[in-house]
Amino acid sequence: MSALRRSPVLAALVIAAVLMVLPFVIVALNAVKSPAEYNAHGPLSLPDGLYLDGLKGFWQRVDFGRKLANSVLISGSVAVGAAVLSILNAYAIGIGRIRGRTWVLAFFVLANMLPQEALVYPVYYLSKQLGLYDTRLSVVIVFTVVQAAFGTYLLSSVLGSFPREVIEAARIDGAGPWQVLWRIVVPVSRPTIAVLLVFFFVWTWNEFLLPLVMLISNDNQTVSVALGVLQGQRLMDATMTNAAALLGVLPAVVFFLVFQRTLTRGIAAGAVK
Amino acid sequence: MSRTAAVSRTAPGAGGARRPGRSPAPRGPHPTRVARGPYVLFLLPGLLAFLAVIVVPFLMNTGVSLTDWQGVGSPKWAGLANYRRLASDAAFWESFRHSLAMVVAMAAVPTAIGLVLAAGLFDFVAKHFGTRVAAVLRACFYLPQVLPIAVAGIVWSWILAPQDGSLNALLGAVGLGALQQDWLGDPDLALYSVMAVMVWVQIGFPLVVFMAGLQRADPRLHEAAELDGAGWWRRFWHVTLPQLRPEIAVVLLWCTIAALKVFGAVYVLTKGGPGGATDVPSYFSFQNFFEKTQVGYGSAVSTVLTVIIMVPALGALRLQTRAEDDAQEGSR
Repeated sequence: MSALRRSPVLAALVIAAVLMVLPFVIVALNAVKSPAEYNAHGPLSLPDGLYLDGLKGFWQRVDFGRKLANSVLISGSVAVGAAVLSILNAYAIGIGRIRGRTWVLAFFVLANMLPQEALVYPVYYLSKQLGLYDTRLSVVIVFTVVQAAFGTYLLSSVLGSFPREVIEAARIDGAGPWQVLWRIVVPVSRPTIAVLLVFFFVWTWNEFLLPLVMLISNDNQTVSVALGVLQGQRLMDATMTNAAALLGVLPAVVFFLVFQRTLTRGIAAGAVK
Repeated sequence: MSRTAAVSRTAPGAGGARRPGRSPAPRGPHPTRVARGPYVLFLLPGLLAFLAVIVVPFLMNTGVSLTDWQGVGSPKWAGLANYRRLASDAAFWESFRHSLAMVVAMAAVPTAIGLVLAAGLFDFVAKHFGTRVAAVLRACFYLPQVLPIAVAGIVWSWILAPQDGSLNALLGAVGLGALQQDWLGDPDLALYSVMAVMVWVQIGFPLVVFMAGLQRADPRLHEAAELDGAGWWRRFWHVTLPQLRPEIAVVLLWCTIAALKVFGAVYVLTKGGPGGATDVPSYFSFQNFFEKTQVGYGSAVSTVLTVIIMVPALGALRLQTRAEDDAQEGSR
């Protein structure tokens, strides 16, 4: 506190940081108020006690457990699938140094920047033709490819600086490209791959447009889509809105904490090398 | 460069992260003796998947933009009719003007604020109060970046609600009731409200990238300037800014691309309303695809959007290849 008084710059930065997290705090406070309490005292009062019926009611009404499971399943599958695809692509580009790799890489980067609006209708149409519409698999397939575009780019540049001697030595010992990839390149690149897995998971978790279009039945929706659609219908009262917001915020905060640890591990691994 | 930036998109701790691939091995005098043949096979699954999921749909979308199609039956060839219609559609141009507003809110403003915050956290807070304090503050600014945009939308549409929203309640409580507004429902205000929310969402990204950039910069320059008696502002302007030039370019390009793609925030906050006051091209094409079932017209809108996004995208790609070449020349 005394540090704050001595330094106006620190005080200003702390106030700005508090303003940034204030919306989260207000949401958390109001999610544990009863509707009567909310109506009597408005959004700014402190809650009298912990009223959890709003959260419980919302959880049951939207079958939130199911939405969470869908999000975990989709984001997890995409993270693993996209990482594998990125590894294969990057192995050919970064280590294999195939001809025209600059162009291939540019193609992946541009594909990653393409607006999903330019893909969404054909993807919607094709998935209907293939019987994949309104399945979680369809979303997994599309995002595996979209995320792998970024992963290919990142991993290719990391593998571009992979010590050639190690690979040469393994080859002299009789290892084929497939063995070199899984026994040497992948284990050594583990920190980068771990970072990719986390990015892919969080990015896919947060995706909105494509899941909104592709997952129309309640049983298949992700957390983002379910909450976005509810909000769009303008049917929620204040308590329910706050319950929805808090339940949407919590997983993000969890990732946030988990994520920092992953990165610290990555940094440590980099420092050892 | 921008791979670091892109990583930092969700990397709160990227500040100290070792930059992957920052010093790629120079292409040695002995090119690899490994045969290139089998490696192409490893690229096959990736290329096929890309063909099926991105290239084919994209070409279909472009093709459909030249037709008149309701999504059922067979498309009727229409030539450039959709594009002609688009050129004279006031709602379309309006949505692109809002895109520019989003570029201001998501690229220009966060970059400017992010620079000041990063400099303040890095060479003031970290120095005088420890890196832990700086890291915690950075995390606070970064938090909105990991939030799904749908959830951010729920939070803010409730805070900005006209009747019992917290912002209006707060204004009332401090005696500024006269300033209470229907923040998202007033056509004159809605766009500014959405812009303010997007600044809040976006600010953490430039901050994290700039702080990582400052870590890379040579501290001696800064110390020399300090010894010469340069004040904070002059050091910021003459030392910090030039050092961060590559990061600034990358952040501006990435954020511009993100701003042009904005969809979720508009969908959840305003649905493009009131009366199209916050409509953006991505939402405009979405409406044409799925609400008005004017698929041909929607495809034309999204094709134009793609062409526009490719401008900053190619810029980013150029920067990347240049940074890579520099790193290759510079290493060893």
